[in-house]
Amino acid sequence: MEHRDDIGAKLGMWVFIFTEILLFGGLFLVYAIMRSAYSTEFHQAAHHLNAFIGSINTVVLLLSSATVAMSITAVQKGNNKLAVILLFITLLCAAVFMVNKYFEWGHKIHIGLYPGSDLMLTLSHGQVMFFSLYFFMTGLHMFHLVVGGIILTIVMLKVQRGTINAGHYVLLENGGLYWHLVDLIWIFLFPLLYLIT
Amino acid sequence: MTEAKTHHPEPSYLVDTGKYKGLMAWLTSTDHKRIGLMYMYAMMIFFSVGGLLGILMRIELFYPGQQIYGPQVYNGLFTIHGIIMIFTVVIPGLAAVFGNFSMPIMIGAKDVAFPRLNLFSFYLYVLGAAIALSSQFMGNGPPDTGWTFYAPYSIQTHTNVVAAVFGAFVLGFSSILTGLNFIVTMHRMRAPGMTFFKMPLFPWSLYATAWIQVLATPIVGITLLMVIAERWLRIGFFDPSLGGDPVLYQHLFWIYSHPAVYIMILPAMGVITEIIPTFAQKRIFGYKAIAISSLAIALVGYFVWAHHMYTSGMSTTARWVFSLLTFLVAVPSAIKVFNWVATMYKGSISMRPPFLFALGFIFLFMIGGMTGLSLGALATNVHVHDTAYVVAHFHYIVFGGVGFAFFAAIYYWYPKMYGRMYNFKMANWSFVFLFTGFNLLYFPQFIIGIMGMPRRYFDYLPQFTLGQQLSFFGAILLAIGFIIMLITLFSKKGAKAPDNPWGGRTFEWRIPSPPPLENFEVMPEMGENEEPYDYK
Repeated sequence: MEHRDDIGAKLGMWVFIFTEILLFGGLFLVYAIMRSAYSTEFHQAAHHLNAFIGSINTVVLLLSSATVAMSITAVQKGNNKLAVILLFITLLCAAVFMVNKYFEWGHKIHIGLYPGSDLMLTLSHGQVMFFSLYFFMTGLHMFHLVVGGIILTIVMLKVQRGTINAGHYVLLENGGLYWHLVDLIWIFLFPLLYLIT
Repeated sequence: MTEAKTHHPEPSYLVDTGKYKGLMAWLTSTDHKRIGLMYMYAMMIFFSVGGLLGILMRIELFYPGQQIYGPQVYNGLFTIHGIIMIFTVVIPGLAAVFGNFSMPIMIGAKDVAFPRLNLFSFYLYVLGAAIALSSQFMGNGPPDTGWTFYAPYSIQTHTNVVAAVFGAFVLGFSSILTGLNFIVTMHRMRAPGMTFFKMPLFPWSLYATAWIQVLATPIVGITLLMVIAERWLRIGFFDPSLGGDPVLYQHLFWIYSHPAVYIMILPAMGVITEIIPTFAQKRIFGYKAIAISSLAIALVGYFVWAHHMYTSGMSTTARWVFSLLTFLVAVPSAIKVFNWVATMYKGSISMRPPFLFALGFIFLFMIGGMTGLSLGALATNVHVHDTAYVVAHFHYIVFGGVGFAFFAAIYYWYPKMYGRMYNFKMANWSFVFLFTGFNLLYFPQFIIGIMGMPRRYFDYLPQFTLGQQLSFFGAILLAIGFIIMLITLFSKKGAKAPDNPWGGRTFEWRIPSPPPLENFEVMPEMGENEEPYDYK
């Protein structure tokens, strides 16, 4: 009964990734429309974001993507031990990202810059849009990061147990693909929110 | 090709062979045929509920003024009628039921590519439907926005919009996973020798549908999440009183919801494309044209969404561009209709119930399609926008099209599903009632629509009374027809069905009725010179 089709499994993952990109695509579209309508307000609001923390998070995520990719090669070469270490580094990077985000969000919420706050009522609509999109997009991204973290944790345990091995590693590849998606979306979020001012 | 044998050693999929028995065996089954049937039962229940709500509206509209309930109840009724019928019946529709039941067999596979994901989609469907329906009983009363959840009203109303919107979001997720599953199934699991252009045309239509499901649904998903966020946090994406842009909502909504119309109708066209060659005993005319027109509809259908918004305040350029694209999408649809008719020409036609319903489909779909053109044209649209004319048009497409194709498909594959025949005479009577009732119900709406009857109105001027009353009687006939159909199919066991009662040529007619659990005893193959519709 058990029928195995690694190419099919990967095809399914790619199609799923298309849907994820389109899910964010809706938000990117709204961002583009709002940015063109309120370019000055977006410019002013973007100054409130900390490009330094954003850069650190970018580097951290890029590193984590690299380690996932390396872990696949490690498994292919039969070195499950190394793969577990690499996956662990990936998860560690995810944790660092989350901690950074916690401080970043915490600071914004502390000074009242969040959707629905009293301070927001006094800001111009363009600025409100910027911060709302900031929370919406980075929030949805964080949700994906957590899901990706859970997937990679399961994958890591399977690598450790040897159920994922040099002969059968499509789950690791798919987990890796998902993780690259999380990374990729951040690569777009980072300049749009932090860098273009 | 292996011919069907007379003895069937493998037990059929209807026999519980796993560790559970009875209901649990169904609820835990990853068999594509059982999942298809579970979708069908669920949809019939939802369809009955939605239809009942429709009759309640018709009763209220029998005379001008208030009859049995007030305007707020009416608003709630048409909203939940729309949500049930659109999101839980016609969008999953034929793809979820017959796509699951027949498609893997038709391409010569044992199951879909991801059977467990398939069952998960079904549970997401049930969960989404439950959440959407819970909106009726919780919070500040049933939502009253219409199924389109247009901003700013969906942001401002105090009714329970969030539950309905979130239900639609979950249902969308289910739809995406089904689409994903079908794409991979058709890419990876076709029988040896069955190239894409030897695949039967129902799977072809599902292939095009699956891509729309996958590529369009996420947009409405994120849009619905934005509505929820806006209601909770007063963000101001869409509500002008918060500085937002309501037309932006309409764009984002229709970017999905127009392609969704093709999610509904493409599998319906696919079913008709199967039925006509079978009952004409003739090879399908223009195989490639039909296959490619499915893809063309999917592609062009993606770029016509703003024809729902001619009166919403878009630029003139945007309006004529969308109008032009709308006319373009009629071309592949017409190609299909011409090919169906051409297939019948000089065929050896047998007027069995599935064929009758297929003819009904073509007739009603043509009326729906033609009136669609007058709605797609800018000048006429402005006059009939938001009138009963629109109501009539989309019911001709969605009910006259998808609904009748659904009935045709049930009558067509019923012998394969249950291994039983049904009473043809009763089935023909159900057609007479459904078809007459349908036209009596919706055709007057075209006329009163042109006369100026707005849609979604609780009350109306006296000159529309006759039309509304005709519609009421049509609704009753339609309901009777549906009940006759249910009795025909489910009241008593019919005679045992042969493996191939209609003389079809696709794979599902070469295996026992009902099929064994893994469909094929010997995995089928397609030879170099074989084709899917090799009738004499």
